Amino acid sequence: MNQRARYHPVAGTAAWIVALVMFFPIFWMVLASFKPELEAIATPPEVFFTPTLENYQTILERADYLSFAFNSIFISVGATALAIALAVPAAYAMAFYPTKRTRGTLLWMLSTKMLPSVGVLVPIYLFAKNLGLLDTRTLLIIMYMLMNLPIVVWMLFTFFKEMPKAIIEATRIDGASQWQTMIWVLLPLVLPGIASTALLNIILCWNEAFWSLNLTAHDAAPLTAFIASFSAPQGLFWAKLSAASTLAIAPIVVFGWFSQRQLVSGLTFGAVK
Amino acid sequence: MSHADVAVAMPTALRRPKNTGAHVSTLPMVVPSVGLLLIFSLVPLAATIYFSFLRYNLLNPLVGGFAGFRNYYYLFRDPALYHSLLISVLLVGEVLIITIASAAVLASLFQKQFPGRSIARVLMISPFFVMPTVSALIWKNLLMHPVNGFIAWITRSLGFGVIDFFADWPLTSVVVIVSWQWMPFAFLIMLTALQSLDEETREAADLDGAGPFSIFFHIEVPHMGRAISVVTMMETIFLLGIFAEIYVTTSGGPGDATTNLTFLIYQRALLAFNVGGASAAGVIAIVLANILATFMVRIVGKGLDV
Amino acid sequence: MALRHLVAGAAMLAATAGAASAATITIATVNNGDMIKMQKLAPKWEAATGNKINWVVLEENVLRQRVTTDIATKGGQFDILTIGSYETPIWGKQGWLVPLDFPAAYDTADVFPGVRDALSSGGKVYAAPFYAESSFTLYRKDLFDKAGLTMPAKPTYDDIAGFADKLTDKAHEQYGICLRGKAGWGENMAFVDTLVNGFGGRWFDEKWNAQLNTKPWHDALTWYVDLLHRDGPPGVTGNGFNENLALFTTGHCGIWIDATSAAGLVYDKSSSQVWDKTGFTAAPHGVTANGTGWFWAWAMAVPTTSKQPEAAKSFLAWSTSKDYIKLVGDTFGYTVLPPGTRISTYANADYIKAAPFAETVKASILTADITHPTKDPVPYTGIQYVAIPEFQAMGTEVGQLVSAALAGQSTVDAALQKAQDSVSSTMEQAGYK
Repeated sequence: MNQRARYHPVAGTAAWIVALVMFFPIFWMVLASFKPELEAIATPPEVFFTPTLENYQTILERADYLSFAFNSIFISVGATALAIALAVPAAYAMAFYPTKRTRGTLLWMLSTKMLPSVGVLVPIYLFAKNLGLLDTRTLLIIMYMLMNLPIVVWMLFTFFKEMPKAIIEATRIDGASQWQTMIWVLLPLVLPGIASTALLNIILCWNEAFWSLNLTAHDAAPLTAFIASFSAPQGLFWAKLSAASTLAIAPIVVFGWFSQRQLVSGLTFGAVK
Repeated sequence: MSHADVAVAMPTALRRPKNTGAHVSTLPMVVPSVGLLLIFSLVPLAATIYFSFLRYNLLNPLVGGFAGFRNYYYLFRDPALYHSLLISVLLVGEVLIITIASAAVLASLFQKQFPGRSIARVLMISPFFVMPTVSALIWKNLLMHPVNGFIAWITRSLGFGVIDFFADWPLTSVVVIVSWQWMPFAFLIMLTALQSLDEETREAADLDGAGPFSIFFHIEVPHMGRAISVVTMMETIFLLGIFAEIYVTTSGGPGDATTNLTFLIYQRALLAFNVGGASAAGVIAIVLANILATFMVRIVGKGLDV
Repeated sequence: MALRHLVAGAAMLAATAGAASAATITIATVNNGDMIKMQKLAPKWEAATGNKINWVVLEENVLRQRVTTDIATKGGQFDILTIGSYETPIWGKQGWLVPLDFPAAYDTADVFPGVRDALSSGGKVYAAPFYAESSFTLYRKDLFDKAGLTMPAKPTYDDIAGFADKLTDKAHEQYGICLRGKAGWGENMAFVDTLVNGFGGRWFDEKWNAQLNTKPWHDALTWYVDLLHRDGPPGVTGNGFNENLALFTTGHCGIWIDATSAAGLVYDKSSSQVWDKTGFTAAPHGVTANGTGWFWAWAMAVPTTSKQPEAAKSFLAWSTSKDYIKLVGDTFGYTVLPPGTRISTYANADYIKAAPFAETVKASILTADITHPTKDPVPYTGIQYVAIPEFQAMGTEVGQLVSAALAGQSTVDAALQKAQDSVSSTMEQAGYK
């Protein structure tokens, strides 16, 4: 009896219907971005139309898309790399040498994520100004790194904890130092975990829209600022807005598609036993 | 954290391999991240507490000085505070229920074999990659718009007339948008958990004549228990700070129907630039976040095996 | 200080550009049609002066919040801010803006005096007007003819309600009236304030006591809510200027009362389906005509934290000059000139010919008197706003309550009572009493 290979027609159909419904808003937006303005708001909606690139032309003429996109990539990747570099030792120590304070520290770290960022804009803005960091990519990298550090530490902590303790013991007997153990023995083992942590973190950084809008002006402005310049324009705007939105999300969505297998296998948070 | 947490933590710590030898120092490993985070949260915290006792309005430099508890007095006197707390709770609660319930069912569907499964899964999780501002714009302008929206066209074609979502069902509409974004996240984690379910267990249940519903409720859902805890915790953290979706669609209205605590603080801090009053609200939010964190440790944390 | 190189024309700037060293300035602006045209023309100024511009374009509310944070904390991120007639005098008085003085070629006397005064504080001009607007009534001539109706030159609110009832045909998505319903001091409250003024109401009495639970407010809001329920489009609580513009230009509205700057857009053949069917008249009035048409100017100012004040001043002198207005006409057509700032614009035969609404707009702007906004005396200036720093938050909060009444989530009286309490509390905290 070969259960594994058997297709489930009912489950499959239901799953496909839900998947299509979930994806429909994105599909509809992309479709609208290729319509002339008047057709984009026509009811009943036009499904067959002559696609136009006019909206994209207008958007690209008006804003330097590549500069925004570059900032998004640079900041997301930079913040993620920094967060991982800081979090790996911490997560390692917490997982293998827990103390009385470990659990409390972890939960406290997570609770810092619940603080409303709008409330501290003024103090942060003043600090950034005094350090001369306003409108720099460095500032956003630091902010995002700090913002997501709790999540990163926690995720890595759960990966480390699933590592067999015997390996650690064995290397220790060999006389390897803490750092050596961590770098040569454990890191290769938890690499998939680190990868999916990094992926999630990049997505979170990419989509952050409060600090990126408020701490940048021109030089460091990422795609969230790009979309803010189109979010309420005059006149008929549905198609142009759709084009701008498509441009803003396309890199990260495509990135997500390609890395989803990794994401799926790694997003466990220690919940798999 | 409180003593209670430490008490809960103790047995867990004891199960870990003993900290062999006092010479092992992990401090240099923990200090960079914990230290940075400490500074990052304590400095603004100190500033927030300090500001909350000042008469400090950015727009009006002429008004200044020590305010005592006046900012808190005005805040607690304001019915908007209590209402925004209620909205926060409703928003988080409703989204949690919707996303977890539907993700459980979908995870169960997606771990079965069917043609094109991986493509369907990609489509399914795409909303999670979309930035909140954009998803709010899509829903507001292209789908839920009462004149030009896709949903209006469907309801009109079916003869139901149009639904003015953001006026008649403001909170529900926001909940729908936020759920659309976060359901894929719950789905991913729960699917991963479910894939670790021993195939034999399921087959055995199948042979015993258990129907799909019975398998779902008696085998799969219990197996996803820890994943559900994780999702609850992670989503709560993010959902408490929901802002962009509200800002783009309803601006907290009509009235205060969708003003959660984050949005209320935004109104105080960046619309009124009343730094004193906003800081007082911020302090309240911080206190509540910590109470909530402690609470979550009790309810959810046990299942996390932290 | 004689700004010799600060001249209006691009050509003259080019001649003197050699003296000034090249600078990079950052301009924060909104994404309105007129500003987008400015962005397209700005390379001419850059070429003439050798300076470079970094544009920060944001949606209006985000821009306001962003710019306010920066200027109030002296962040120094911007060299030119796009601000309105509400902020300019307040910020100028607080010493946040550089006072402007223009060379003779700029012809300050050509700027409408009301506009100039609105952008001044203590006798100093703090911002250069980019375009100015009042509010007026737009209506569909074809629908009026078909229904056998005539729009009077000075309609009353009762007239408007009567017409809207006759023009509504919801089965054909034809709505008698479109008005702003989206909450915000610059959105629904802009209209509601003019409405309240017309019904004889005011925000504060002479001693800064809030007046929001008085009869004129009740009557005005009842008129507003009832009329929009009867004759308004669905989704009205989400409609601001842009949404109404889209509705009107696609032929869904019979009457629309909004900014005069809509005229150029409605008349633009490329984006409007009703450009040849639209009539214009004054904003409606009630027991008084005081404050029934609003006054607003988008202007550009240089913050004191600017590192390039000379280049910044040079740019705003160029972009608000007579020559710039002519350049817009030559490039984009005369229908879409930046309106409402200069007497010479309305003396231009090309403009009068291309823009049949010009006279109505000019009359509306000249009538709007921000120093006498209400029937009864008030301690503030501003028609659709109260020129105090606390207003933008108060206005938006009251706007939220008005939209709740419009959505049917509370009664008009309950909303107004809440508004009264909240405004009184804010004023008490701010120390007005």
